[in-house]
Amino acid sequence: MRLTLKIWRQAGPDVAGDFVTYQVDDVSGDMSFLEMLDVLNEQLNSEGKEPIAFDSDCREGICGMCGLMISGLAHGPEVTTTCQLHMRSFSDGDTITVEPWRADAFPIIRDLIVDRSAFDRIIQAGGFITVNTGAAPEAHSVPVPKANADRAFDSAKCIGCGACVAACPNASAMLFLGAKITHLGEVPQGQPERDSRVVKMVAQHDHEGFGGCTNIGECSAACPKEIPQDVISTLNKDLRTALRHGY
Amino acid sequence: MTETPSRPLVHDLYFEGTPIKDTKAPNVSIEQMWTKREFDAKLVNPSNRRKLSVIIIGTGLAGASAAATLGEAGYNVKSFCYQDSPRRAHSIAAQGGINAAKNYNDDGDSVYRLFYDTVKGGDYRSRESNVYRLAEVSAKIIDLCVAQGVPFAREYGGLLDNRSFGGVQVARTFYAAGQTGQQLLIGAYQAMERQVAAGTVTPFTRHEMLELIVVDGKARGIIARDMVTGALETHLADAVVLASGGYGNVFFLSTNAMGCNVTATWRAHRKGALFANPCYTQIHPTCIPVSGEHQSKLTLMSESLRNDGRIWVPKRREDCEKDPRDIPEEDRDYYLERIYPAFGNLVPRDIASRQAKYMCDDGRGVGPLVGDFRRGVYLDLGDAMRRMGKEQLAEKYGNLLDMYQRITGENPYEVPMRIYPAVHYTMGGLWVDYDLETTIEGLYAAGEANFSDHGANRLGASSLMQCLADGYFVLPNTIRDYLAGGPFKPVADDAPEVVEAQRSVQERIDRLLSIQGTRSVDSFHRELGNVMWEYCGMERTEEGLLKGIDLIRSLRDEFWRNVRVLGSADTLNQSLEKAGRVADFLELGELMCIDALHRRESCGGHFRSESQTEDGEALRDDEHFLYTAAWEYGGDEPPTLHKEDLVYYAIELKQRSYK
Repeated sequence: MRLTLKIWRQAGPDVAGDFVTYQVDDVSGDMSFLEMLDVLNEQLNSEGKEPIAFDSDCREGICGMCGLMISGLAHGPEVTTTCQLHMRSFSDGDTITVEPWRADAFPIIRDLIVDRSAFDRIIQAGGFITVNTGAAPEAHSVPVPKANADRAFDSAKCIGCGACVAACPNASAMLFLGAKITHLGEVPQGQPERDSRVVKMVAQHDHEGFGGCTNIGECSAACPKEIPQDVISTLNKDLRTALRHGY
Repeated sequence: MTETPSRPLVHDLYFEGTPIKDTKAPNVSIEQMWTKREFDAKLVNPSNRRKLSVIIIGTGLAGASAAATLGEAGYNVKSFCYQDSPRRAHSIAAQGGINAAKNYNDDGDSVYRLFYDTVKGGDYRSRESNVYRLAEVSAKIIDLCVAQGVPFAREYGGLLDNRSFGGVQVARTFYAAGQTGQQLLIGAYQAMERQVAAGTVTPFTRHEMLELIVVDGKARGIIARDMVTGALETHLADAVVLASGGYGNVFFLSTNAMGCNVTATWRAHRKGALFANPCYTQIHPTCIPVSGEHQSKLTLMSESLRNDGRIWVPKRREDCEKDPRDIPEEDRDYYLERIYPAFGNLVPRDIASRQAKYMCDDGRGVGPLVGDFRRGVYLDLGDAMRRMGKEQLAEKYGNLLDMYQRITGENPYEVPMRIYPAVHYTMGGLWVDYDLETTIEGLYAAGEANFSDHGANRLGASSLMQCLADGYFVLPNTIRDYLAGGPFKPVADDAPEVVEAQRSVQERIDRLLSIQGTRSVDSFHRELGNVMWEYCGMERTEEGLLKGIDLIRSLRDEFWRNVRVLGSADTLNQSLEKAGRVADFLELGELMCIDALHRRESCGGHFRSESQTEDGEALRDDEHFLYTAAWEYGGDEPPTLHKEDLVYYAIELKQRSYK
């Protein structure tokens, strides 16, 4: 198929960017979206033009490094990561707009690459269980009910890609945050720090410039791992409880 | 490593050097070895620890766990990764699980059995002492991960669930659905981020190590490029740990992530660290085949599909283009069932992989033409579908089948799936002793970056175990023995070794940008991958390897004359990043071929067609090759081979058989 791509080009964080239109021919439906961009980059390189910068690593939907706004949808029209989106989801003659994630807390580095280190700082604020190597008790000393273990796992599937932020009109990261709060809150090992964790992580989230949740639900719809919105309810509940406990 | 002037030049390709051996494992019985080593390792007073610094390259399971643990101990740690966050390292993609000798099922498992299975699985080409320790610390890994909140699969009673994996007869594999690597990595990442908050670990993301700084024979720092600004930074420390992963991307197409590379370990190799068994590569039989010239990576599908799927190709070449559903039973060749009636579709990975290659070489491959070749065989779930019904099949393999459909666009419930082998893991790596120290003092290697535990073949669910054993439990204990020798003489920012390292990195970058040839970096990488796959892949011959070496040399020569890297050095430049990595792969590829050529035996994942049994199985030659091949970089001269003899005290050597 033959496609028209309108791609955001921006040479650096402090320069203005703009859309540039490219034509790509002979796109096969078996290509992933990123492989299609690889082909375009080879074409640009042969024309002596600098290739388009974009992030990707594992290309199997698990590392969370890739992420593009494709015709207004985070990760494009399917429920998956950009690297697992294939060109058979598009049709001959389509015009596709490709942008980076847009959020104040995710400043653009170059072209389609943004800085998501805010997510790391949210984890640093409390997204862990305090245990030193060597200090752990026998693994079977504390049973975990299967229902809790399963919900912990379902929340821990988050890949930290940032699609939830990109999709949210408020650029809120509360799905990301709620997923971590739920993961660690569902296991017994996470209880001692439960109150302090949520307070510190929420404070860091707000400090980074992410917005608040207004129950729109775009985050869950865009999430390639289908993290449900109820993790945000858990987040709010945990925060309320912590504040009542005097945090 | 002093050489006599008369060292022999073999094949005109390498010198034979003096033997080496590990000197760190205490001379006691294998069961007492690690306890004694931990006790003998000198202690560092807590108040002195913050004055001692360690650089760690890579934030996968080995690197992140080492950073967390050394940070908790109070050392001053700098952690580097090329990704935008430590959480992206490719350990995250591991699916199956992690082994540990917990014997929760009381099915006869033990530290000794895990040790035995790992040595046997490695086809008796690993070092006993290291493997025993791996099995010994495995149980503690599970305890720690559970305490970190890793959501392993559990039974209804709330206890951990286990499965059997990778052809072993006990259930010792802990797992979190098909995302065990992700969950373990997030655990290690969170532990590391806790130390970032505590101020003991400083993270450097989007940074790539481009050179090692060696002063007075000791590793004392690195040159790293800030991949956002392009700035070259000098980082000095008292010790350096390479946890930078494997080198499967030398094949261009592999199950590795796009950015996985050999640069950190190769730069260390060029500075004097020996590289062990580079030819040991694991090729996995059940990957989704290449769909066209655009292919950028390959995706693994769990081998468990072979339990219910039947593998076949058409009997006649002219049927290869047909819809498989139109090919009647009598025209199908279920070749594994035909050749190996006892094991059928469940033969070991290397045999299944090689047979698929033979079928395609015979012109009976299926799927799209890539170039003028079809690389694929059918994995047919039709019988299973009729036996179990769609619902039960979906329950068992639903996730896998969905992934297959997303990538290929074909419905595996209706059309036979297509599979083909792909490079998955590299057992070779930097040579390390019992302490995981390389042949450069103060330089350590952990995880897939070292060679130590898997011999010539790695068992399933063992890579996660090794990475976390190295990072949480082994390295922090051995490196303190080295650090206790401090305080180390400070290295000046303008020391000649530092200035020289900065100059060589700058010069290389300038050179890559100045060539302005006609071919892209990717086109060279792709061509190198084809050469490696063809001549140093599943089946290796003397003739092929010699040809491969010639082709790699001329390709490398062309690369340095004709590569086109656009843009500048002082900005984010992905072509430049790739160019540096491919330049190193072009050197590594030759060494892999030389190693494969010199090892005129078959063992584990290394198959020399000159050395096989009548049944076409790998035939070891213990009389001549019972050693680890550790290679010394030769610069403009050929490399030098140092042999470490493998001595088995605890385990008896046996030839494996699957008939």
